[in-house]
Amino acid sequence: MSGPLFEYLLRLGDDRLVLGHRLSEWCGHGPILEEDIATTNIALDLLGHATMFLRLAGQLEGKGRDEDALAYWRDEHEFRNLQLCELPNGDFGFTILRQFLFDAWSLHWLEALTRSSHAELGAIAAKALKETRYHLRHSGEWVQRLGDGTEESHARMQAALDELWPWTGELDYQDSVDQALRSDAVVPDLALLRPPWEALTREVIGRATLRIPDGPPRMTGGRCGRHTEHLGHLLAELQIVARSHPGAKW
Amino acid sequence: MSGDREAALRARAALESVMDPEVPVLSIVELGIVRDVAVEDAAVTVTVTPTYSGCPAMRTIEEGIVVALERAGFAKVLIKTVYAPAWTTDWIEAPAREKLRAYGIAPPERTEAGPLVQLAPLVRRVPCPFCGSSDTSLESEFGATACKSLHTCHACRQPFEHFKGF
Repeated sequence: MSGPLFEYLLRLGDDRLVLGHRLSEWCGHGPILEEDIATTNIALDLLGHATMFLRLAGQLEGKGRDEDALAYWRDEHEFRNLQLCELPNGDFGFTILRQFLFDAWSLHWLEALTRSSHAELGAIAAKALKETRYHLRHSGEWVQRLGDGTEESHARMQAALDELWPWTGELDYQDSVDQALRSDAVVPDLALLRPPWEALTREVIGRATLRIPDGPPRMTGGRCGRHTEHLGHLLAELQIVARSHPGAKW
Repeated sequence: MSGDREAALRARAALESVMDPEVPVLSIVELGIVRDVAVEDAAVTVTVTPTYSGCPAMRTIEEGIVVALERAGFAKVLIKTVYAPAWTTDWIEAPAREKLRAYGIAPPERTEAGPLVQLAPLVRRVPCPFCGSSDTSLESEFGATACKSLHTCHACRQPFEHFKGF
C-alpha cells in the first residue's frame, strides 16, 4: 500500500469515476431529452472530478501512473469507491435518488476538504464543490417532484429509497487511512459530516413524502476493495477498449 | 529581463487567437482560461485553469495553445494547470459578454455567494439575446454544453441558450 493520501485520493476519485460511468449509461436513454443531456453533463463533471483526484494520486504515488492508468489498469479489488456508486442504475427514479444521496454527501465532504492543509487537495475540492452544488439542486428537485408526484412515481421512489438507504451506512466509513491524515488536518473527520448530511437528506425526503426505512445498514467494504458483483461488470465495459488496444491513440 | 517580458506580451497576443471550441466567438483569454503567460530562456509557460471540471474541450484548447505559440515562433511551450482560484464567469469582461449576446447566447449574470445548500430551482428571467425581452422562462439548467442552460423567449418565441453564471 502506498501512502495514506494516495489511498484517500483513490476513494475520492473512484466514487466519481464509477458513478460518472453509471450516469453515462443513460446517454441516449434519458426519460426526456433535457434529462438525457443533464445526466450526461453531470457524468462529465464527475469524470472531471475523478480525473483531478486520480491525477494527484498518481503524482503522489510516483510510479508513473497517470489518471488513465489508474482508471483502466486496476482491477476490482483495487477500487476504493462506495458500493452505493456501483449499484446498477435501476429506473430513472433509482438513479436520481442515488445521485441525490451521493450529491448531498459529496457537498459536505468537499466543503470540508476545501479547508485541507494540503493546498492542491483543497483547490480541487473547491473546484469540484462549485459543480456539486448544482448537481444537488438538480437531483434534489427531482427527488421531490417524483416522490411527491403520481401514485406510480411515489411508489417507485419509495421502493428505490428502501433499497438505497441501507447502502448509505458506508458513507462515513473511516479507518487508519483517515486517521493518519486527520492528525495533520489534511482531511476532515467524516463522522462530523453525517449529521448535516442526514438533516439535509431527511428534509428533502420528507418534502418528497417518502419514508426512510427501518433496519440495519448493509455491510461495508468498498473503501477496502470489497465490492458487490456489479463492479466487475461495470469495469469490464469501462476498461475493455484500453485493455484491448494498449497505448492506442486517436 | 525586458526581452522576456516583451516575448510574454507577444505570446499573450498569440493566445488571443485561440478560440474556445464550444463558444467560438470568445478566445481563451477572454474566457479567463489563461491565467498567466511567462517566458524564460525562450520557453513559454502558459498557466491555464479549466472552466467546468467536465469540459471535454480542455485538451483541444491545450493543443490550440501549442499550435498558436509555435506559429508565433515559440519552440518550447509548457502548459501548467491550476485549480485555484476556481474559474468563474465573472472573469468574462463586458466586451466579451456583448460578443456572446451578438452570437445568440445570453451572457452570464454576476455570481453571488449563496448558501452552501441551494435546493430551490433558480427562477431567473434571463433577457432574450435576440429581442431583449425579459418575458422568458428556463427550460433546463443543462444545455448542449455544461456551461449553458436552455431558455425560451415568449416575446419572440425563440428558444435560446444562456451562459450560466458560475
